Formats: sequence, structure tokens, C-alpha cells
Amino acid sequence: MKNIKFLVLGIFFAIVLSKVQAISWFRFYEMFKFQSFHMFGIIGGAIIISSVIMQWFKRGNIKDINGNKIIPKPKKRGVVRTLVGGTFFGLGWGISGACAAPVFVILGFKWLPALIILLGALIGAFIYGLLSNRLPN
Amino acid sequence: MEIIFQPWPWYFGGPLIALTLFLYFYFGKNFGASTNFETLCTMAGAGKISDYFKKDWKERDFALLFVVGLIIGGFISSNYLILDQAIDLNPKTLQELTDLGFSNVGKTYFPDEIFSNDVALSIKGFLILILSGVCIGFGTRYAGGCTSGHAITGLSNFQLPSLLAVIGFFIGGIIAVWFLIPLIF
Repeated sequence: MKNIKFLVLGIFFAIVLSKVQAISWFRFYEMFKFQSFHMFGIIGGAIIISSVIMQWFKRGNIKDINGNKIIPKPKKRGVVRTLVGGTFFGLGWGISGACAAPVFVILGFKWLPALIILLGALIGAFIYGLLSNRLPN
Repeated sequence: MEIIFQPWPWYFGGPLIALTLFLYFYFGKNFGASTNFETLCTMAGAGKISDYFKKDWKERDFALLFVVGLIIGGFISSNYLILDQAIDLNPKTLQELTDLGFSNVGKTYFPDEIFSNDVALSIKGFLILILSGVCIGFGTRYAGGCTSGHAITGLSNFQLPSLLAVIGFFIGGIIAVWFLIPLIF
């Protein structure tokens, strides 16, 4: 099982998010109300450090485990898709306090409500799949 | 040992999240979480209804293992690593939520008014959770990413679509917290 390292990394990431309170409904409420620096510090710090890492990847200073150059995939372009899609996600995130990775972490804290959110997320992803050809970009 | 059980300050978060991103790429894959919603749809048989989901989910076994890790890590954290879930909230936040009728504000990570099993099984509580979920699933897939894929991976890679997506996240989040939460509660 060469991919078992991803399982270990998942456990690590979940512990990090849990310990810095980045899965707490209250912390996200506070963030969207701009009443605390906590989440901005966490996300901002992650972005700043990651941007240095991305430069290493791009310059080829660091190769991946198989010796290949690391090329982060460019994101799909589109003003409507990103703004409208982003707004939908923000609505769900603001109300439930769950985003895509934390929803799985929260399963380990509050399994029933998290399972309902996850079920909704699968329905939402399914709706997107059905409509994907017809939605504006 | 002390440090493991104490709440971690915010400045632990950025470096450790960046380390996760680094390792994810180092292991040869693009960091992100929300594509898993599509993969789970494919596993549940969505490919029979829509060609969009006709993919080989086994190609994403690494991401599914990451997800299993997230669940295990959440379980370990909640049961063994967090002795006290109290959160040092802004007193203003605490007062606002108390005024809205939330009890035990900041005493635990999750408010009972949304996350207790009784509420989750009530009609109103169930609808709040499932509709939030639908917005999360639809929105992340339409936008092409979530907090991990867009806000952290995308912004640190100077991707313009990610900047637009994060602006969208905040438009939605602000509408939710400033207008919808007071309306719902």
C-alpha cells in the first residue's frame, strides 16, 4: 500500500485543524463577522508559507517522491463559475461552519450532523454534475 | 507533553497547514479536498445517471485514504487530544450569539442549536444542515475548489480564478452570518 502515507497525512491534517480550532463553527462565525484575527492568521499564514513552497516547486528545486517536477494544476478559469460557485459555497460554509476538509474531521466530533451535511454536499456535487454542461462559465 | 493537550495558538496553524500542502504535493498529488465529493458520488453509482460521474474512482484512492485519515484524525482529536473545547471568543461575538438565543457560546467547538442530535433530527435542524451541505457541494464543484484548493493552494500559486473564488466565499459567508443566521435563529 504505497498510498498509506495519504492516510497518515489525513490524520495529521485533521489533528492540526482540530487543535487550532479551524473546524469550530464559532471560529468561522467570528471570521465572517471580522471580529477575530484567529482564522485570518491561520489561513493567511498558510498562504504566505505555501507561496514560498510553490516557488520551490516551480523552480524545480524540489522534486516529488518519484523524482518528477511538481507542477500545481492551474485552476479552471471563469468569472461566473468562481464568483457564483464561491458564493454558494460561502453560504453553506457560513451557516454550517463546515468546509470540504473539516466536514470529514467533524464526523469524528459530531457524526450525525456532519453526516447530514456530507449527504447534502454529495447531493450538491451531483446537481453540479447534472448541470455542468449548461451552467455559464 | 503539555503542548499536545493545550489549545494551539493560531500561529501553529499556518506552518502546519503549509507542511500538509507540501507533503501532499511531494507525494505527487494536487492538494485539495472538495473533489472527493464527486468521487464519492461516482462510488455511489452516479455514473449510471450522468456521464459526468463516469470516472474510475480507483484513480483517486489516495484522496479517499486522505479522507479516511481526516475522519480518524477527527475522532482521535475529539476523544483524546482536546480535553477542553472552550474557545477564547471575542466578547462581542459571544454577546451577539447569546442575544440570538445560542446557549453555551464558545464552551465547545459546535453550538448545540445546530449540532446536537435532537436538533439535527428536527425538521428545521435537518433542513439547515442538508441545505448548507448542498450549497457546499454544489458551490465547491462549480467554483472548482474549496478553502484548501482555492484559498490556500490557489492563492499561494497566484491563481486569478482562486482570488475570485475566495471573494465569492466571503460574499456568501457574509450573507450567511450577517443576514441569514439572525433570520434563522
